[in-house]
Amino acid sequence: MNDFLNYLNSNLTPGQAGAYLWVVIYILIIFAAVSAAVIAMNWLERKILAHMQVRLGPMRVGPHGLLQPFADALKLLLKEDIIPEGADKLVFWMAPVVVVITAFTTYIVIPFGPTHAVTDMNIGILFMLGVASLGTLGIIMAGWASNSHYPLLGSLRSSAQMVSYEVAMGMAVVSAVLMTSLSGTGPYGIGSASGAVGTLSMIEIVKAQADQHVWFVFKFFPLGFAAFGIFAIAMVAETNRAPFDLPEAESELTAGFHTEYSGFRWSLFFLAEYAAMIAVSAIAVALWLGGWLRPFPHWLSGDAWDTAFSFFPALTFFILAGMTLRTTIRMPKHPYFKIQKTGLGVFGLALGGIGLVLLVPPVRDRIQDIYWFSIKVAAFMYLYIWYRGTFPRYRFDQLMKLGWKFMIPAGIGVLIVTALVGVL
Amino acid sequence: MNPVATPFFFYALSGVAVLSAIAVIMRRNPVHSAIALIFTLLSLAGLYLMLYAPFVAGVQIILYVGGIVVLFLFVIMLINIDRMEREYQFNKQWLVGLVAAAVLGALFVAVYVKGQSIFPHNAVRFPEELNTQQVGKMLYVDYLLPFEIASLLLLVAIVGAVVMAKKRI
Amino acid sequence: MEITTLHYLVVAAALFIIGTIGVLTRRNVVIILMSIELILNAVNLNLVAFSRLYGLHGQVFSIFVITDAAAEAAVGLGILIAFFRNKETINADEIDLLKF
Repeated sequence: MNDFLNYLNSNLTPGQAGAYLWVVIYILIIFAAVSAAVIAMNWLERKILAHMQVRLGPMRVGPHGLLQPFADALKLLLKEDIIPEGADKLVFWMAPVVVVITAFTTYIVIPFGPTHAVTDMNIGILFMLGVASLGTLGIIMAGWASNSHYPLLGSLRSSAQMVSYEVAMGMAVVSAVLMTSLSGTGPYGIGSASGAVGTLSMIEIVKAQADQHVWFVFKFFPLGFAAFGIFAIAMVAETNRAPFDLPEAESELTAGFHTEYSGFRWSLFFLAEYAAMIAVSAIAVALWLGGWLRPFPHWLSGDAWDTAFSFFPALTFFILAGMTLRTTIRMPKHPYFKIQKTGLGVFGLALGGIGLVLLVPPVRDRIQDIYWFSIKVAAFMYLYIWYRGTFPRYRFDQLMKLGWKFMIPAGIGVLIVTALVGVL
Repeated sequence: MNPVATPFFFYALSGVAVLSAIAVIMRRNPVHSAIALIFTLLSLAGLYLMLYAPFVAGVQIILYVGGIVVLFLFVIMLINIDRMEREYQFNKQWLVGLVAAAVLGALFVAVYVKGQSIFPHNAVRFPEELNTQQVGKMLYVDYLLPFEIASLLLLVAIVGAVVMAKKRI
Repeated sequence: MEITTLHYLVVAAALFIIGTIGVLTRRNVVIILMSIELILNAVNLNLVAFSRLYGLHGQVFSIFVITDAAAEAAVGLGILIAFFRNKETINADEIDLLKF
């Protein structure tokens, strides 16, 4: 038991410290948190898309549709499980499992804080890219096992798109990794000191941003920004989201590779897609946006600024609680709405309660890294939903042309120019 | 960090590798063979991790499983013929093939039994934290020429594959 | 029982033999190509197992082997597709004409 609690005093990730019980606990926490995030994303996406299209979205299920995701999950669990007649049963069963496993395995190396990762592999970013490329296999298996031409076409198109944009993502990632070794402290101000080498480990990349006092998106401006832009576009294509969602859009291919999947199997694909979205956003945040670092850690440094920034988590929850309570007050004063009003009021008070808990100093200090990381990833999720509401869909040949003829040469160009600028 | 439960992981991973390899050559359906190949390649990546070679394991997952097997699956789907699965799967000279493989196996056994003394029992353990950096340095300092030749080879392979698979040149 | 280098070599030898049986006995050309990939992986395992004893050269060479395997698989499958377009078969013993 002492060994178990001793881990909390060390400053290593559980994988490095060899504390295997803590590894299991971290994995369970990540699993629960990602599932909760996917449920929240479901509701947020429908509400935000609706408001962008000047309508209201789900309003009936709970107060303002807050219980809609739970109703959806319940419906999907209770649906009949249909397997098409000529389908290959083993491959049909295995496809959603492969997609979900690869989507969740990427969370092992995501750095929520300097020691808050399940483990810190020294090939962290390579591992994440590799496991993300395994998801393609699940999609191919899903399309082929359905024994029907719409899913087959959809899965082949979808996997071709994913493979193409993986290369662009790889180029952008390599230029970010290159920047970890170009700290400008070497001989004559060129490159890096003789002992400092670049690194593929996610935690070390964020620490390199902290040491160089610059987020990589602003380093060698506009090169860091160009690499970040290439990655941001490629990651939307990699996860088959709008505007690159031709293979799975409803009006095009009747839902593409997951046409024949119903009920729980479809919900596994859905879960895997949103988990993959959060994972690649986490890569973008860790590599370019400074991971768990608060804004301006170097210019506005010192204890006073640290304390000022440490009120942000509580402030976020207070703003959310305020919005909820304002909506509660403005609900129609009709007896039909009494249950919804009380439910929403309780929810608002719960959010306020969490905000109050985050004001307590010990909690306030520990929650900083996780909060800043989560806020940045949440901003990316909003970007995803914004893209879906704004851009028209790319036709498939336009998509492939963009990937091969623009993204990859741009990625290679950014890499070469970054290397040149870094050595000068 | 000390390794944990090494014999268990070794026997589990190598068992999966060998059983999946047998499934690769025995299944009627080429897609099932491809999926068995995925299992073999992933368990080999695990074995590389046990041999303190994390970079090679990462490269294996990205290139082999995420690239080559995807390519195989695409081609299998493009040229899938149902009648092929109902025909006899093994060719006329299967007995000669088995005898040749058995002779090869006997050769392996003879070499390994005779040469047991040259495999030291205490293997050197390289520091795992800097593996990528050291491999990278070696690639660009000692093996620079093979590296450039490999990139040229990949260019030739890309051009050749595209030309051969086109409908009309 | 401690896992020595010999254990890894035996696994690699087993994979090599299984790959050889696949190449020599199957009719489907795609399966033959997959068995060739098995053989290359067995060689890789050998290289990486020995690199633990004698330096990182084994790992670097195994990266080159993986790269060449990718190139060879691409070209082999390209040839297969080109052939399939002329004669609708992928059985190795039906590919026996020098001219169509």
